Amino acid sequence: MHHDAKPPRLRRDGRAAALFAGPSLIGLTLFTLFPIVLSLVMAFFQWPAVGERTFNGLENFATLFTDPVFRRALLNTLLFVVLYLPLNLIVSVGLAVWMGPRIKGRKALRVVFFLPVVTPMVANAVVWRMIYQPNGLIDGSLYAATGTHAPNFLGEQGWAMFAVVAMSVWQGFGYNMLVFSAALDAIPRHLLEAAQIDGAGPWRQFFRIMLPMISPALFFATTMTLITSFQIFTQPFLMTGGGPGNDTETLMMFVFDKGFSIYQFGLASAGAWIVFVLILGVTAVQFAGQRKWVNYDV
Amino acid sequence: MSDHAVRRVRLVISHIALYLVAAAFLSPLVYMLATSFKRPDEVFGSPPSLFGSVFRWQNYTEAFEYLPFGRFVLNGFAVAVCGTLVVLVASATSAYAFSRLRWRGRDGVFLVFLATLMIPQEVLVVPMFMLMKWFGWVDSYQALIFPWAFTAFGTFMLRQFFLTIPEEMSESARIDGAGAVRVFTSIMLPLIRPALAVLAVFTFINFWNSFMWPLIIINSVDEKATVPLGLQMFFGQQGTQWNLIMAASVISMAPTAGLLILLQKHLVRGIATSGFGGR
Repeated sequence: MHHDAKPPRLRRDGRAAALFAGPSLIGLTLFTLFPIVLSLVMAFFQWPAVGERTFNGLENFATLFTDPVFRRALLNTLLFVVLYLPLNLIVSVGLAVWMGPRIKGRKALRVVFFLPVVTPMVANAVVWRMIYQPNGLIDGSLYAATGTHAPNFLGEQGWAMFAVVAMSVWQGFGYNMLVFSAALDAIPRHLLEAAQIDGAGPWRQFFRIMLPMISPALFFATTMTLITSFQIFTQPFLMTGGGPGNDTETLMMFVFDKGFSIYQFGLASAGAWIVFVLILGVTAVQFAGQRKWVNYDV
Repeated sequence: MSDHAVRRVRLVISHIALYLVAAAFLSPLVYMLATSFKRPDEVFGSPPSLFGSVFRWQNYTEAFEYLPFGRFVLNGFAVAVCGTLVVLVASATSAYAFSRLRWRGRDGVFLVFLATLMIPQEVLVVPMFMLMKWFGWVDSYQALIFPWAFTAFGTFMLRQFFLTIPEEMSESARIDGAGAVRVFTSIMLPLIRPALAVLAVFTFINFWNSFMWPLIIINSVDEKATVPLGLQMFFGQQGTQWNLIMAASVISMAPTAGLLILLQKHLVRGIATSGFGGR
């Protein structure tokens, strides 16, 4: 039979595919692939916004690593990630577990905790500035209650970064909490019930059953949160402007500043690539390590 | 007390504590709302008060007069709606091409698509600005809409949904002589409507909230700013008018909060199944 020789599986839709995938492919090439290549090229040039561009090899990178502000921004960003990531995960896992199926109104609570995630960061940052500043919500309450003033959270060395981290956790954890909530709800009830009958207390149930069962979600959330937290920009930009001194200056702020305040595109690109490589490295470590703790056989 | 009673009491305490945590969590937003109705001289004080001596609705009208905030809201809606349409069309068509059409190199190209998800915006902003200069798009609405409308995420997510549709459905139509376009518009699209809705809402929210890129690309702020950029302008004014900023902040969060409350069920499920958004 002849039409057996050419079953529909071998049909090709080349022309239709060009039509359907075309817009996306063109857009992605133009607005992602081309810029990423351009960015790498720029990193090896002295590339002002207007005027002569000259190839300068690794000089941009050398300039960056001897620039105390860049080094400080690098350290600050790492500090932010190291503080923000575990706090975000602990709060989001903790609340997701707490808001188990026996809690009344859990759907409404989820909306409450998710609200700041969908609110413009600018609005969040503005209200937190009012909360932190002298005479603001915290200082005003503390003074009324005890007669002593609170520190100037955004203006004092040693406080500013923690203030930025706290605000960021408040704003961001609702997203991961939803991811964990969904993962926890997917755990078969009989597993937890069986453990209960065997006399496992709540902590044992948490560490032995819940945590391993949500480990794929945990891996996903950790990876995404890592990638986004390395790009921290809006919160310090609006709340502290990088201050006091350079205490909350982050890498993204540094790139923004080099790029769009003094228009040194080459230097800015080199800085951005350092962040990118850092993100790639950390993500690679994450993926390499996942075999040890992520449990996919459910 | 019986075992049962102990558990009952524990559950009640757990509820009360959780509601208290939620209330504390909400307090910054309550503070925002409360301040948006205060007189300027009553914004700060010790002890802080929830209500001022008057309920000052005028803050909202004044916020619109103080800066062209109405313009910012319109810009924000226009940019977010256009951007969302572009994302929906580009994602749905390419997701179809990557899941149900057969062409050479399909899976390889899709891998490249996926890999771009790893690229942080950080690396792209500087060359993107350069590109906008070459296009002559600096300080334009196009620059707010197109550069970030072709990320692979929508394609990736919708492809997942297309793959759950049994192949027989589209194949039998194809054998009956329907072209790829017909199958896409009359069979595939209607089946993934819920996924499209979730993608639309999250995309709208992302465009509406976007701050850094408008900050970079928009110079004539009075005319072309979207809401977050306009909100930031209140800061730059002399003698920050906190009550007006708070009124403007409440306005800025109203559309996204409204969408969240209205569509909570779908959005929560969307996040659960696709890991959407991410901050």
